[in-house]
Parts: sequence; C-alpha cells; structure tokens
Amino acid sequence: MRSGTHPRVVGTPQLRKEGVEKVQGRTKYIDDLEREGMWYGATVRSTISRGRVVAIHYDPRIDWTEFVVVTAADIPGNNHIQMISADQPCLANGHVNHCDEAIVLLAHPDKRRLPEALTAIRVDYERLPAVLSIEESETQLEIIWGPDTHEGNLFKQFYVEKGDVDSVWANASHIVEGEYRTGAQEHLYIENNGAIAEFSEETGVTVWGSLQCPFYVHKSLMAVFNLPADKVRVIQVATGGAFGGKEDYPSILAAHAGLLAMKVGRPIKLVYDRMEDLAATTKRHPSRTRHRTAIDENGKILAMEIDIATDGGAYATLSSTVLSRATLHATGPYVCPNIRITARAWATNTVPCGAFRGFGAPQTIFAIERHIEQLALAVGLDSDEIRRRNFLHDGDSTATQQVMIEPVILDKLLDRAIEVSEFHEKRIQFSGDNPSSLIKRGIGLAAFYHGSGFTGSGERYLNSLAGIDVAPDNKVRVLVSSTEFGQGTNTILAQIAAESLGISYDDVIMAPCDTAIVPNSGPTVASRTSMVVGKLIERAGSQLIASLKLEAGLLDSYSTQDFFSACDLYREHKGKVESLSRYEAPPNIYWNDQLYQGEAYPAFAWAVYVAEVAVDTTTYSAEVNAFHAVQEVGRVLNPTLAAGQIEGGIAQGIGYALYEKVLYKDGHMFNNQMTNYIIPTAQDIPPINVYFEEIPFEHGAYGAKGIGELPHDGPAPAILNAIQNALDLSFTSIPLLPEDICLRMTQASHAMSPVSA
Amino acid sequence: MPTHDTSFTCDVTGVRMIHPSHTVRFTVNGQSRSVDAPPLKRLLDVLREDLALTGTKEGCGEGECGSCSVRINGELVNSCLVPILQVEGAFVETIEGLSQADVIAELHPLQQAFLQRGGAQCGICTPGMLVAAAHLLSHTPNPTLEETREALAGNLCRCTGYVRIFESILSLAAMEEPADHAR
Amino acid sequence: MRGNPATHLFIRPSNLNGILTLLASEPGQWTPFAGGTELMVSHAAGQLRAQKLINIWGVPELSRIDMDDNFLSIGGGVTFRQIRDHATIASEFPLLAQAAGWIGSIANQSRATLAGNIVNGSPAADAPPSLLVYNSEIELISQRGVRRVPYASFHVGYKQNILRIDELVYALHLPRRFTTHNHYLRKVGARRAMAISKVALAATAVVKNDIFLEIRLAAASVADRPVRLLITEAALANQPLTHKTIANARMAIYNEVKPIDDIRSTAEYRRCVAANLLQQFIMQCIAREYSR
Ligand code: FES
Ligand code: FES
Repeated sequence: MRSGTHPRVVGTPQLRKEGVEKVQGRTKYIDDLEREGMWYGATVRSTISRGRVVAIHYDPRIDWTEFVVVTAADIPGNNHIQMISADQPCLANGHVNHCDEAIVLLAHPDKRRLPEALTAIRVDYERLPAVLSIEESETQLEIIWGPDTHEGNLFKQFYVEKGDVDSVWANASHIVEGEYRTGAQEHLYIENNGAIAEFSEETGVTVWGSLQCPFYVHKSLMAVFNLPADKVRVIQVATGGAFGGKEDYPSILAAHAGLLAMKVGRPIKLVYDRMEDLAATTKRHPSRTRHRTAIDENGKILAMEIDIATDGGAYATLSSTVLSRATLHATGPYVCPNIRITARAWATNTVPCGAFRGFGAPQTIFAIERHIEQLALAVGLDSDEIRRRNFLHDGDSTATQQVMIEPVILDKLLDRAIEVSEFHEKRIQFSGDNPSSLIKRGIGLAAFYHGSGFTGSGERYLNSLAGIDVAPDNKVRVLVSSTEFGQGTNTILAQIAAESLGISYDDVIMAPCDTAIVPNSGPTVASRTSMVVGKLIERAGSQLIASLKLEAGLLDSYSTQDFFSACDLYREHKGKVESLSRYEAPPNIYWNDQLYQGEAYPAFAWAVYVAEVAVDTTTYSAEVNAFHAVQEVGRVLNPTLAAGQIEGGIAQGIGYALYEKVLYKDGHMFNNQMTNYIIPTAQDIPPINVYFEEIPFEHGAYGAKGIGELPHDGPAPAILNAIQNALDLSFTSIPLLPEDICLRMTQASHAMSPVSA
Repeated sequence: MPTHDTSFTCDVTGVRMIHPSHTVRFTVNGQSRSVDAPPLKRLLDVLREDLALTGTKEGCGEGECGSCSVRINGELVNSCLVPILQVEGAFVETIEGLSQADVIAELHPLQQAFLQRGGAQCGICTPGMLVAAAHLLSHTPNPTLEETREALAGNLCRCTGYVRIFESILSLAAMEEPADHAR
Repeated sequence: MRGNPATHLFIRPSNLNGILTLLASEPGQWTPFAGGTELMVSHAAGQLRAQKLINIWGVPELSRIDMDDNFLSIGGGVTFRQIRDHATIASEFPLLAQAAGWIGSIANQSRATLAGNIVNGSPAADAPPSLLVYNSEIELISQRGVRRVPYASFHVGYKQNILRIDELVYALHLPRRFTTHNHYLRKVGARRAMAISKVALAATAVVKNDIFLEIRLAAASVADRPVRLLITEAALANQPLTHKTIANARMAIYNEVKPIDDIRSTAEYRRCVAANLLQQFIMQCIAREYSR
C-alpha cells in the first residue's frame, strides 16, 4: 500500500538498474556488437596542424578495389558537424586546421587489413603557419578562424560588469594580482569512442553508438545526409564512460560510419583504438585566468577584475558554452559589490576542445580558489577565515545580479569540513613537523559552487520532453533520451518514476535509448539529469496517477496490483498508457543573454573540499594522503551512487591537479598512449570521505540538484593550496608535476647543496 | 611562405605475406575449446572474436589498463599481450566464469559486493577488475587495504575513484560491514 | 590493434636445443619471443618489424632458479613474479625482489621475464640497476656453447648489447655475498604503480668504522643504457660518513649522470633526484651505523 508522503524509493541505495549484467560482463558495448555482413572503417588523418591539401596518393602496391574510400565529395548533405556553429567539417575538404583531422575514410571486410592501407595513403600538403597557443591566437597576427578583423580567432567573448570596479582601487588596503593556468585534460573513459552504422534508401541512416546525446547526433546526421528526422535513427548502446568526452565527438564518428555504410551498402563498425582516440578526440579547454582584487584591511573583497582566456582548439564546438560556465563560476562563492569579468575563447590549430565534466568551471574555480589563498596571506588571515568573511549568503547577489533566494549554507559546510579534516590541528602539527622532515605535509581547502542545469536560457531553448508509459505486460517504462554512462541515470530516473507512481523500483524499466522510441529529454550533460529530467519524470508520474484516479477509478490508497489494473482499464479507453511532461522554467528565472545578467542557474550545489598532501623533497612528488568532500546537493536520490559520483570526480580532479598532462608537438598529442598519459591508479587515490548536506530544491526531482560535475571543481585548488601550506611556495599552474616542483625548489637552493633536513 | 610538405602519413610497408592459421586447444572456464588462428593472434581477440566471449574488454591494447584481465593457469595476465600460441593446453578463466545467474543471490560474492556497494559504474573496467579481485582473493583471502590497492594497480578505472571497489573487496575479506564513507 | 598477426610467422620448437639450432641455422632471421610484454605492445602499435618469431616462453631450462654455495642463478625465462616470490632472493638480494614488485602490475609481472627486461635494454628497465650493484654475471647460450661475462659489460649503447644473433640469455648469476651489505633501491616514476622510471638508483655498500669500504652504484634512466656510476663510486670509496662526503658525492653523481629530456621527464629533474637519492642512501648508511 502506498501510504504517507515519505519517499520510499528515492533516497535509498537501490541497486544499479543495469548492474547485474555489468558484474557478469554481459553488458554489450559498441565493440561487442556485430551486424550481419558488417565491414570495418578506419580514418586517414592529417599529419600537419594547418595547411592546404594538395593531393592524396594511394600506393599502388595495395589492391584498392578491395576497399571502399570515402572523401568529402561523398557527403550528400552539408559537410559540417552541426554543433553551436557549423564551422567544423565532417571530412576535411581542401584544408586542414589541426593535426589528426579526418580527411579520408576507408572500409574493408577484414579489420586487420585496414592499418596497412592507412599507411599506404599519402597526403601532400601546402603548409600554412599554425597558431598553437592562446598567446599566439590573441595577437591576431595570423587569423585561423573567423573574420580578418578584431574578432578574428575569437570563438566567443563575454563581458560582465557589476558595480563600479574602477572606483575601488584607490581606497583598497591591498591589491592582489595573480595569473593562473590550467592544462588540457583527456577524459580517458576506458571504452574508446565507437559506432556502428547502417544505411538504406527506405530507412535512411541508423547509428548505434557509445554516446551521451542521441539527439545531438541525430541533428548532425540530418544535416550531413540531408535527410528528414524520420530517416535518421540514433541508438545509444552501453557506454563505457564519457565525462563529456562523448558529448560532441560522437556526432563526427557517427557521420563517418554512416557515410561508409552508405557507400559500401553494408553495416560499418568504426571503433577507435586508444592511440587514435587520444590523438583525435576532444580535450578539456586549457585556460589562463588573471585576477586583480581589491580587499580592505579585514580581508573583505571590494572589487574583482577577472580576465579569462580559453584555448578552444581548431573549431568552435562547445567553446562558447564552456566559456559561459567558466565566466559564471569565476568569482567563486563570494559576494562582491564590484566585479568586471572579461572572457574570451580563442582558436588554435589543435584538436578541438570540448565538453569535460565541469565544463569550464574547474578552470576558473582553480584560479579563484588559488587566488583567494593569496588574499589570505596578504591580510594575514587563515584559509577558512578569508572565505568565511566573503561567502555568499541568502539574499546576496552574484556577478550577474542573481539573488540567492534558496538557502546558502556555506558556513555550515565549511565548519563541517574544518572539523572532519581536523584542519587547524593538522596545520599546527605540520608546521611543527615539517622543518625536520624530508616529507613536507600540508592541508588546504577550496570552497565552490556548481550551477545545476544549462546556463541561462539554455533549458528554455531545450524545451525537454520526457515521460512514462505502461505496456500491457505491466512494464512501466521511463521514456527519456538521457543516457546512462556510469553516472546512474537509469537507476535514478527509475527510482523517481517508482516514487511518483507509488510502485516498486523493480516494476520500472528504462525504454531503449533510441531516437525512434524516446522523446528528446535533452542532452545528458551539465548535471541536469537528476534535477531537470528527473523533475519531468516526477511530474509525468503524478500526472499519470491523477489521470488514473480520474479516468480509471484508482483510489487514493492503492496497491501495485490496483495500479496495473487501473492502467489496463485506462488502456482500454485510451489505447495506451503514456504520460509526457515538458520542461517548465521555475518562476522568477530571467536571463539576459546580451547583458549577461540575471538568473544564471536555477540552482547551485555547494561544497567545501579539503585535501591533505605530502611532498617528498627527495623526489619532489606530491601525493594526496587524505581527502574530505562536504557538499550540499539538494536531495541525495541514491546514497551509493551519489557518493560514487563524488569519489570518481575527485579521482579525476586529483589527476587534473598532479598527473595528467597532454603533451603537444605541432598541435598533435604525442603522449597518446595510456603508458604516457598518466592517470591515478588504485595506489594513487587516498581515502576519500564524502559528506552530504541536504536542502531539497523545490524545482528539482524530489529536491535534487546536480551532483555529477561538482567533484571535479574542488580537488585541484584544494591540493595546490595544501602544497602551498606544505612548502610555502605558491604554484599557479596545473598539472603540477614533480619536475615543476623541482625547478622551483632548486631555484631557491642550488641543487648541489644537500637538501635541508 | 607556405612550404610544400610531401611526407607520407607513415611508412609504406607493402603487402606482407599471409601465413596460415594454427589450431590451438585450451580450456576456457572449464570447457575445452579449439580455434584456428594465426599464432600471434591475441588471446583477447580469440576470446572476443572466435569464442564470442565479449566480457573481456580492450581498453588500451598495451598492458596498461587491465580491462582485458584473465587468468591463465591461475596467473593473472593481460590477454591483450598473450599470443594464442602460448595458450596451447592452458586453463583460461574469464569474467564469464563467474556466475551468470539471473538471481542476485546466486551471483559470486564478489559480484554481489560490487553490485551492492557501487563497485561498478560504467562497467567497462568491471570484468577485468573482478577477475583481478578474484585472483587476489584466491591467494590472499583476507587482504588488507594496501594489498588490495596493489593487486588492482594494473586495472584502471576512470569512474569510481576505486573507493567502492576497495570496499566491495574488503567487505568479503572481513565479512563485516565496513564504515560507509557516505554519511 | 594495428598489427596483423597473420603477417608474422611464430613457431614453437619443442625444446631449447631446437630453438638454438634454428637461431644458428638461420642467423638473424628469428626473434625470440618470451612473455610478450614488449613485443606484443609493438605489435599492437603496428610496429613489430620482426617477421619471424620463435617462442622461448615456458622453456624449462630457462625458467629455473638454482643455488649453490657461491651463486644464486636465475634463468633468463624466469618471470618477475617468480623473482618476487622467491625466499632466497627476498632475503639475500632484496633489491631485485623490490625491483620485480615495481614492474608494471601483477599481470605484467606474471609475464615479463628477466632476460626480456635485460635484452630489450631500455635505459629505464627495472632489473638492471639491482643486477649491476650485485655484481652479477650473465651467461649466454648458443649452439656453440655457453659464455659467461660480467653483466656490467652487457649493455654497450642505446638498446645495444653484446648478445650475438644466435645467442639467448641463459641465466644471471648473483654472488651470494651481499647479506650484510647496506642495500638501497628507489625507483621514481610518475605514479606509485604502473610507472616507467624517471630515474632509479640502486646501491650496495660495506661500511666499517664509518668508512665506505666497498660501494656499488647503478642507475636507470640517466644515460643511454643502464649504468654503473663508477666516478661517483670512486668519490665515496674509502670516504667517511660525513656531510662533506655527501656534498662531494652529490656533486659527483650530478656530473656523472647524462640524462635527457624526454616524454617522461627532464634531464635536470633526473640529475637533481639522482643526487637526492644518493644522499638518502648515504643517510640510511649513517642511520644504520648509529643504530648499532
Ligand atoms: S587492453 Fe589489455 S591491458 Fe589494456
Ligand atoms: S566503472 Fe567505468 S571505468 Fe571503472
């Protein structure tokens, strides 16, 4: 019997919906699937970072009649990938703008014949000067993208102004300046990108893929194939990790597989190996953020001037929205009456950067949380005190004049983080121990928010639709295009459906994530699934119950059996049992895209993270020894999954801070092997203690806000703050490798002298 | 001035001679198998392509990620680095050798622990992780956290941060409730 | 997967004699293939040039660890897992056991062989520094017989060694006279596991009356091959355990090593860390003297 209003399903550690198959190894990922008569695809890529393609030679020692070759000339529709702007070609046509850009596609029935054929295709180029860094791009001496004006090379810029920054400098007791840099980062999902495509005149193009956003791929395929919506079908199969890395890139891969399938007349499997995936797919945007801050003698921030530059790579992809999120997180969770933010995303001749967990926020949060540490030193305050004096509270407004109408409990989070980490006790202990030890220990913290859902008007434009149907076999299906790639979409949405329908979790399944079956509930990004899509499912469920009560005699109190009987009755009258729900913006959400003013996000998740580090002065390597993560995320829908998200995100954040460096040579990633792109192993991750506070958010599903991206924001600044505490040296750039620490430490004391002990 | 670049994308090696396949016999999860394959073919590919055992995954193909972990004669190996010639007569154990039952209660305790404690997220590392964990428990039934970390160091997971994987394994070792870190 | 297995011959003679016969009768044609941890990686990358491969994995004569009063002998085909698990190696040659445990992961250790590690000859290889400071001898076998030479003379350049095209590494012989020595080995990599050394230093020494009577130092990733650090050894030999000795030794090693900037680290970092590791070793010797 359904009783009371206490959630029964939501908030409980329900087992992962697809978990049994996963622990059995039965889950079929893209490379585990076959289609009858399938051929295999491969990609010829550019070896230079910018130039004109002069000629393509096919080595006559290969029998090319066995192969099918596709070039830009074979594209029936537009030769571009439909993202925010249509600048990225599906296949390079005459020009290449980055290394590893796709030029020619090959297919053969035997995949083992492809690598040799790839090496037997030679492309002649006429090289053009390449732009390989933010600094080169912003000089605009060589325009590689956009008009040959002051807007050249500029994907996007934002300008945010609040109060009167210029009036403050003269009266400030301290002005602190700093420049902070973050590097590119590779997602390193353990499953590489891949797709299988089929084509026929009657049904059009069908693509199965490892992907996050089926309707992004759908839209892109419509343009490339010049086909109507009903002749394009995209099916997400089990996806072995994504983290944003399968948000935009699969649109390219799906188009490539589809083009080969069309020309060959057979299904095509196109799955990258690790070297290709690393070299050719998107990375996190490198960034440079400059801060200039005025504070009074009490450490109160009076004015912030922030200049953000990101490196977007060769094409626009998602750089504008990444820059937007970077901008909207640049001030950190602090209140300040006078703010000026200038933000620009620049083009370079490197592989396009794209979405990656946090989406611009980790970059600028790193900057502000390192910078505020310098403010603390300038006025002689503790790391926690400087933050406490500047935290946003209910009723305060952000840089975009968004007033905090929901409760903000940063002080409580900070108190808890300080307490559980024994922050001050540790600082005292370390300052006593360090002078006589070769291992220098330190502890540092970071405070931050992460906006849940799309930025600004994004959710309104998306206009998502999601729902629930009930089949005659008593299967309740959740209808969404939201994808599962490990983060728990299936489980969470099934929990929400079960909760709102008053039935058991086991009675709910997920409809196949197939654009021919499910409505467009938007992309699975931006920490929006639980909050936004979950809310649609919650509402679809309560609508359905209301209809069943009205039209099928369901009583206020009902059993599962009553529910399904009512569904049967309803189906007899109406033909089917289905309830769809469309996005409605929460009230009082206004956003002005021109002025960059208003409610940037419907809700924020808040957090304080503490990292404890040890730097070995013999090897200059820094390790994280303990990590504490305290956050307020609205409602925790599934404690096991939520904590798992936080832990996994922190591990990636530790990698971002201390291990992961993308090495480029002429814009080509040359450490494109797992042995050379270093992510933390089981031996490198410390114990991670996760603590949740819950303040349910009315407009999120059962109170939920976003969780998924939050944990990537805090580790890097917390770790570098801890390293500053340990060594008394301020590092401003990540990844921070032992070589960097060595350089700084030996600059001070020459390497010849014994290390102090 | 633009320069002319006429370098090949790679060395052209020319068409190479194709050598005949060999018949290799071995045991997989207790069943005798026989395959015809080039002797240098990777065990990983034989399992996936010839025997349709796709639970064993390829994450890197170079011995770095452990997604392809299997056991050969009781030793943990990366099947992407083992040529099939060297598997002749061997006993191979893969993820499919753990329980394939539909009922949770009939799963292997490790599978149950991973399921209940969040040891699997996207699931792509999970088969290799479970094989490595089973290997650990086969010779060290009560591992410490340190032993567990070392035993899994060759199995990369990008989703979980390993925390719940350790907890899953240690829960079996101790057979008692470890403190849940999520409060 | 960029290699095509069908384009390689790969055969398995039934015994060691068969292998040696083939190596002798078709000189330079055949590449020995042991645990595959190097060659299969090249194969996956489409860079395995060797067309004809000969299996030496699982050959009993190469897989033994034997002992007599004077030497512990480790067959070329012995895996690092065997080395790690061997009680006498752990007690008498702890550096080698430690090095074995640092190689890749458990799965790599169960396939990688001692001879493979040596013959592949990467400057970063994990086993050589320990073998060098234990003053090992290497025994090479061919159809013509065996020859035994100091291991220190084995590596002669970047990935170059004295192995003749018809020879295999039969065994490494470690003199059993290091039980009372000071031992030191530290590998510095990019992470705690699954790392290739950025720099590694191994040392054995006898200290008496606060004086270094005997000292051997060897390092990885500081030259074009695994090396003994003879100049630094000379700077320490017969010197007292003082801060002045430490300073001199730091200077010596800093100047003796010839590392490069590469994908994994920088030359300067390697030099600095090599000096720090050496200092750590000397400090350890001092601590041991004072704890007596
Ligand atoms: S695929 Fe074998 S170790 Fe990665
Ligand atoms: S669960 Fe996704 S890589 Fe481990």
